[in-house]
Amino acid sequence: MTVTTLDTAAPAAVATEQPRRRRRGLAPGKRLPAARLAGPLLLLAVWAAASAAGRLDTAAVPAPWTVLDTGIRLWTDGTLPADVLTSLERAAYGFAFGLTAGVVLALASGLSRTGEALIDGTVQLNRAIPVLGLIPLFILWLGIGETFKIAIIAIVVYIPIYLNTHAALSGIDQRFVELAEVQGLSRLRFVREIVIPGALPGFFVGLRLGVTGSWLGLVVLEQINATSGLGYLMFQAQNYGQSDVILVGLLIYGVFGLVSDSAVRLIERRVLSWRRTLSN
Amino acid sequence: MAPHTEQLTRPAVRLRGLTRSFDGRTVLDGIDLDIPAGQFVALLGHSGSGKSTLLRAVAGLDHEVTGSGELSAPERVSVVFQDSRLLPWRRVLDNVLLGTDGADKGRAALAEVGLAGRERAWPSELSGGEAQRAALARSLVREPELLLADEPFGALDALTRIRMHHLLRELWERHRPSVLLVTHDVDEAIVLADRVLVLDRGRIGLDLTIDRPHPRSYRDPLLGEYRERLLAALGVTEDLA
Ligand SMILES: Nc1ncnc2c1ncn2[C@@H]1O[C@H](COP(=O)(O)OP(=O)(O)OP(=O)(O)O)[C@@H](O)[C@H]1O
Ligand SMILES: [Mg+2]
Repeated sequence: MTVTTLDTAAPAAVATEQPRRRRRGLAPGKRLPAARLAGPLLLLAVWAAASAAGRLDTAAVPAPWTVLDTGIRLWTDGTLPADVLTSLERAAYGFAFGLTAGVVLALASGLSRTGEALIDGTVQLNRAIPVLGLIPLFILWLGIGETFKIAIIAIVVYIPIYLNTHAALSGIDQRFVELAEVQGLSRLRFVREIVIPGALPGFFVGLRLGVTGSWLGLVVLEQINATSGLGYLMFQAQNYGQSDVILVGLLIYGVFGLVSDSAVRLIERRVLSWRRTLSN
Repeated sequence: MAPHTEQLTRPAVRLRGLTRSFDGRTVLDGIDLDIPAGQFVALLGHSGSGKSTLLRAVAGLDHEVTGSGELSAPERVSVVFQDSRLLPWRRVLDNVLLGTDGADKGRAALAEVGLAGRERAWPSELSGGEAQRAALARSLVREPELLLADEPFGALDALTRIRMHHLLRELWERHRPSVLLVTHDVDEAIVLADRVLVLDRGRIGLDLTIDRPHPRSYRDPLLGEYRERLLAALGVTEDLA
């Protein structure tokens, strides 16, 4: 009797002991190593192959090695370093002013009702005007020198930083306000220990938009109103039909964008290490 | 008939004619209540009967609510909410120390709730029960004279909840704060509290002293009588329950 039941039970036990299939996670899973580079590298390979096979019009799309040659030539003869430095300086100053203004204004309007009444509406109004539309007016006010360029970039940068930081500061969870009251926090400690850390994720969203914005502003300004800088170099190349020079410029812009975005991401990951999101 | 010592001292919480209303609808209607120092009180009532409103009034969290009445509560009050309300950007120990300082006190409080060794964890790394224990530690570290808790175990599973009951009672025995525990769970109230109040139509409908030794078991038949009286006060008759 017992033997037979054991016999019949055995196959069932084996069946349940089969490795149970894990449910498929909805998170995208582990990052592939150097995953971000895979797409660009593929594109480069296709480009090189097409150039080598002579399938591309070299006047429109020069081969990668031509672009590289041109880049090295421009760099060694000193044109490129000077232009890159000029562009970087504009972007850096504009970004620094924009960042400072965005953060200071967001704090002033997020932490005090008076500040909000004075600042928020004004910024919203400023946002409604496309910044690049301000260029003619700023040229009249500030001339076509560096000041005007830095001012425009600063405006492009401060708006997303202000908007996101302000939204994060004023959207603080009501439950945490209550907690702060219960724990007897002073106003200063409440701001320092709850409001500001709670607003950091929003600030970083704004910061990344601001970084992107600073490059965008730079490109536009240098191509329409400059006598030096990377954009000016490209503008000139267009007149002489030097598509390789234009590509060198674009590549450098791309490197600027990538490096600055990665830097912000890195800082964000450090500062917001308490966050567990899909990406880590 | 010797006068009870607790009655000689000033009560920890004293409410006289406490009234609170929302948009003209009276939720608390002239409540009189004394909670002696060190008493463990549970507050029962239907959903929407005003339990949280009463607790928030005692905690001083109802700035924007219209109302009147007299209210006195101790200096050091701690509140435990239904959610643990840990700040996600602070490690567990820093959460416990929110608003105070003294890392050693914080560590001791965490050890008391069985979280020794988790000081450096992030709140997102804790289970629901652990998070709630961390919240208890945060309320203890301030050495409260009055502990207010609004359904602190409401979001926990049954097993964890029983563990938390033991823990809370144990902590109360060691520190002896007055406790006002809001719950919708009649058994929780009976097992934990020395006195159970039922809030009904804005007033204390029933004030029941539970005179049974601790630790109490859910299966103690003598508690059945209390349960029936409380259920009756809540309008739940035996055949409905
Ligand atoms: N901020 C508010 N504004 C308007 N009405 C409110 C507010 N807070 C509570 N009320 C009302 O007051 C009444 C009592 O609410 P309260 O939260 O005190 O009930 P409760 O007994 O805690 O219920 P529960 O057991 O569901 O938590 C409810 O009818 C509720 O709708
Ligand atoms: Mg409630």
